[in-house]
Amino acid sequence: MAAREEKGVLKSDSRGSEDNIVVIRDLHYSRGHRKIYEGLNLEIPRGRVTAIMGPSGTGKTTMLRLITGQILPDSGSILIEGQDVAKMRRKQLYEYRKRIGMLFQNGALLTDINVYENVAFPLREHTDLPERLIRHIVLTKLHAVGLRGAWHMMPSELSGGMARRVALARAIAMDPDLILYDEPFVGLDPISMGVIVRLIRRMNDALGLTSIVVSHDVDEISSISDRTYLISDGRVVASGSPEDLQDNCSAVVMQFMNGMADGPVPFHYPAPDYGEQLLGRDN
Amino acid sequence: MKRVFQDIWYSVQDFLQTFGSSQLFLVRILAGVPAAFLRPGLIIKQIHGSGVLSLAIIGISGFFVGMVLSLQAYNSLARFGATESLGVLAALALTRELGPVVTALLFAGRAGTALASEIGLMRATDQLSGMEMMAVDPVRRVVVPRFIGGVIAMPLLAAIFSAMGLFGAWLEGVMLLGVDEGAFWQQMRSQVDVYDDVLAGILKSFVFGIAASLLAVFEGYNSIPTAEGVSRATTRTVVLTALAVLVLNFMLTAALIGEV
Repeated sequence: MAAREEKGVLKSDSRGSEDNIVVIRDLHYSRGHRKIYEGLNLEIPRGRVTAIMGPSGTGKTTMLRLITGQILPDSGSILIEGQDVAKMRRKQLYEYRKRIGMLFQNGALLTDINVYENVAFPLREHTDLPERLIRHIVLTKLHAVGLRGAWHMMPSELSGGMARRVALARAIAMDPDLILYDEPFVGLDPISMGVIVRLIRRMNDALGLTSIVVSHDVDEISSISDRTYLISDGRVVASGSPEDLQDNCSAVVMQFMNGMADGPVPFHYPAPDYGEQLLGRDN
Repeated sequence: MKRVFQDIWYSVQDFLQTFGSSQLFLVRILAGVPAAFLRPGLIIKQIHGSGVLSLAIIGISGFFVGMVLSLQAYNSLARFGATESLGVLAALALTRELGPVVTALLFAGRAGTALASEIGLMRATDQLSGMEMMAVDPVRRVVVPRFIGGVIAMPLLAAIFSAMGLFGAWLEGVMLLGVDEGAFWQQMRSQVDVYDDVLAGILKSFVFGIAASLLAVFEGYNSIPTAEGVSRATTRTVVLTALAVLVLNFMLTAALIGEV
């Protein structure tokens, strides 16, 4: 533990402009005719919890898929430890992914195997560890998320919160350097949400990880993040600590942080005149 | 009129694109086959899923097809006083045609739809993306064992279908209609050739196994990750497999007989 703390301190102290695990520069990405990112820049500092927030449809999940090389940008660069993800070959990309854990919105557990086998899955695929050691690792990870007693359950028997905790145990099974959370709080009751919030922070600090949390739950994410990026219209519109964002006077930031229905992000999707449409004259 | 031709052209383009993609997918699957045999547990599980769990429908269907075949053939053969040939007729029809073809059609409805919907739902629930994120190739881990399982299961199922069909034909012909039992079996033994008839049927069902399994995993893997998308993939699996099996059956029969 002492070594971990020392490692954590070292990481914190050496955090400077060059100590970013992910650096995104001038990112452009379109889906069909719709532009998702237009010249986006951001950095993810090592050893910290970074939140990426923004209204629905701004491409927060797309950001995670770009970082993990599941989709490629139209232009710009996504550097992980100085290497451009878009230029990685398939084998190199898979090697890089072994050092990443990702928690999907719905957990993405394999439904035909039980909790134990789900957590053991990456270990069995990538290592030749003896069964005794795999069992030890799996039970340790499940204990960390409080679900050691549920090792025998099938994914269909788990609640949403439990499934996400199992997925978290699986995501950390290979001891990754970077862990990505895609909307980890969606659809959870307050107790499960509180558990996940604390786990994200605790895992990050205890295991010396770097965490990227994509979410639009302002209160929850503000309570655990070290740095927050607010994305809107394909760009970063604000960044800093949660306190910095709360004090930000920009109209977009104020609308998002205070949950206002209308503002720079309109409540209504673009539509013809209401009266004309009701009278059938919009054609 | 122009629009009709345009629609036909788009359909042809769509078909060629899908056909090309499925062949590229087959190459990707075949590349993963040798490694898959290093983990036989995954393949055995799929043989169980596609084969063992299809035994009931295959066995019962084969039995009744054999009984109907025997009943129809008896009435025709009786006109020429050749009811002793019932055994050989049933055996040839079952081993050369009905066994492989009907088994493949039933396989498409039972195992093919299960494969397509299972893989489609895995995509819809991010399980395949999750594997990719764990640096595990879903084609090698999910698709290849299912493909091999289907290819191995199909000839075995066709053999069981034919055996159950012969049992049904014997029960109907010998036990119920009174055909001489000695003639029933003796003519079958002397007229049915192991290579030209039995092995030809096994070869057919092997080819059908490749086609049916490929279409099922291809449609499932490339399905749109929504309820409607998985439903459409499942339907397309049955329709395309049925058409592919019937077309391939004609081509294989012509090639094996040597005449068109």
